[in-house]
Amino acid sequence: MANTTFRTCPDTGLKLFSTTETLIKANAVLGVVFLLIGGTYGLFVGLTRWQAVHLLNAQDFYMVLTLHGLNVLIFWLIFFEIAVLYFASSVLLGCRLATPKWAWTGFALMLIGAVMNNVIVLQGNSTVMMTSYVPMAADPLFYLSLILFAVGALIGCFVFFGTLVVAKAEKSYEGSVPLVTFGAITAAIIAVFTIVSGAIILIPTYLWSIGVVSEINTLAYRLIWWGFGHSSQQINVAAHVSVWYVIAAVLFGARPLSEKVSRTAFLMYILFLQLASVHHLLVDPGTSSNFKMFNTSYAMYLAVMASMVHGLTVPGAIEAAQRARGHRDGMFTWLRKAPWGNPTFSGMFISLVGFGFLGGITGVVMGAEQINILIHNTLYVPGHFHATVVLGTTLAFMALTYWLVPVLFRRELILKGLARWQPYLFGLGMTGVSLFLMGAGTLGVPRRHWDIGFAGTGGITHEFPAAAYTMLALNGMSVILAVIGGAAFCVIIVGSLLFGKKLGNEKISPPIIAQPVTDEEYNADGGSAYAIPGTMALAMIFFVSFALYYFINWKYLAETWGIA
Amino acid sequence: MKDQDQTESGQVPMMQKLLDNPFLLLFIGVASPSILYLGWGLAEIFTLPVR
Ligand SMILES: [Cu+2]
Repeated sequence: MANTTFRTCPDTGLKLFSTTETLIKANAVLGVVFLLIGGTYGLFVGLTRWQAVHLLNAQDFYMVLTLHGLNVLIFWLIFFEIAVLYFASSVLLGCRLATPKWAWTGFALMLIGAVMNNVIVLQGNSTVMMTSYVPMAADPLFYLSLILFAVGALIGCFVFFGTLVVAKAEKSYEGSVPLVTFGAITAAIIAVFTIVSGAIILIPTYLWSIGVVSEINTLAYRLIWWGFGHSSQQINVAAHVSVWYVIAAVLFGARPLSEKVSRTAFLMYILFLQLASVHHLLVDPGTSSNFKMFNTSYAMYLAVMASMVHGLTVPGAIEAAQRARGHRDGMFTWLRKAPWGNPTFSGMFISLVGFGFLGGITGVVMGAEQINILIHNTLYVPGHFHATVVLGTTLAFMALTYWLVPVLFRRELILKGLARWQPYLFGLGMTGVSLFLMGAGTLGVPRRHWDIGFAGTGGITHEFPAAAYTMLALNGMSVILAVIGGAAFCVIIVGSLLFGKKLGNEKISPPIIAQPVTDEEYNADGGSAYAIPGTMALAMIFFVSFALYYFINWKYLAETWGIA
Repeated sequence: MKDQDQTESGQVPMMQKLLDNPFLLLFIGVASPSILYLGWGLAEIFTLPVR
């Protein structure tokens, strides 16, 4: 049966089962297709909010905004994540994929759901935004398409768990699973909760839309929907952190500084990350401050701590490996000597820094109930999550893709010169998007708003400062830059798959994977490689920025209400 | 694997047993937010005194 045929990758030595390989390719390619679609919609959103351009009319704007959110936040990321799950189980554990038929069924459901969703929203009567809050009603098929997609993704998760069982039964690995697989387990666990929450709320909503159920409690809808909406973004976090570890290992031969610490940090994700869903409900009535604060402060801080652990150990592992390989001078020689021209590295490193500094710090500020009120429901929120999910997750996935094309598809990358620059273009554009959206949000500009000039609203107006308009214009320009970077990625990847030089079954030179750093190398020079002063310095810069920004927000809050 | 060794008596430490059991982790990872987020939140919403 086809499920037992495999090839051994001449470069990595990994055992690639043909069914697994085809499924990974299919999921990853479809992911990129939805990234292209969703990114294009993002361009229209950015150009409409740029008040001087104001591209779309109100009707189209809200429809396109709905499509942008669903295509990139759900379809692109989850397709790619299923590919990551299959890679982290079948490929890394060197065993066949459990029940490939089910894997294809899941894939088909996801594809049908995603295409159907796009078609339904484009028909114009499901302009309900990604959140589709009731009692705003969409076409029943809108909910059904999301349910199909979610069921497909859930099947993918169970194929992943099944593959873990197969690997254990067939003893294809010894001891504990590799750290990257453990990270994927974390992502899959969060995915199960995400999808179950989605089903709990979307199924009754579907029944409501066809008239079987008479009413959906709006508060309960928002609570359960965010169990889906927030947690889905935490699948991304667990997945892109795993991707960071993969890239550190393949490019530098780096070993995690401590398996124990990294695994414990993933465990903290499993326990606490999803509880932060409450931060979306901080101004909702119906739940108590105890509920809000326990979940967004106490629990969320433990999850944030886990992210900081990963943010320290990934560059730390790279630093130790670089030092062991001879780049021992000064604080940052290891970083200067890193392969900045390799998009797999530059993409990963920009992802790490962007996720930590822009996404992480602002996330904590938004999670604190008191200072959240400063920016709740403003453009600051999209500013924050473009830093986490686009700069962080999407860029990490792009970086990994550059590495996977030669390994899985046995094709050489085309347009290598452009590929060198792509992460910088996309990273710079997205950094701009995040910062300028946050800037506009700080000035009070609402999110999801077609026209802050309130044209045609019959006099109900609020004057925004001129700086808000400037922010939106700068955001529009950054969007263009990011879209050029994103389009370059799609062109390079799709072009390489179609026209890249076939690599056959020979070893690629220069080698695409670094030899693991040996104990001898780590222990040379009295084990000085284990000291990681450069990473520690970066961590200090992070903590100082974090504390300062946190303090500034409280100061700002204090000034909002004068105490007489 | 370094750090993952068994203790001297040959016993696997508790914590490692937990980390090596994906289905136990799955249970914990679904139960934790189901109770603390969905359960607690819905309990508050549905016990609101509505007139
Ligand atoms: Cu969230």
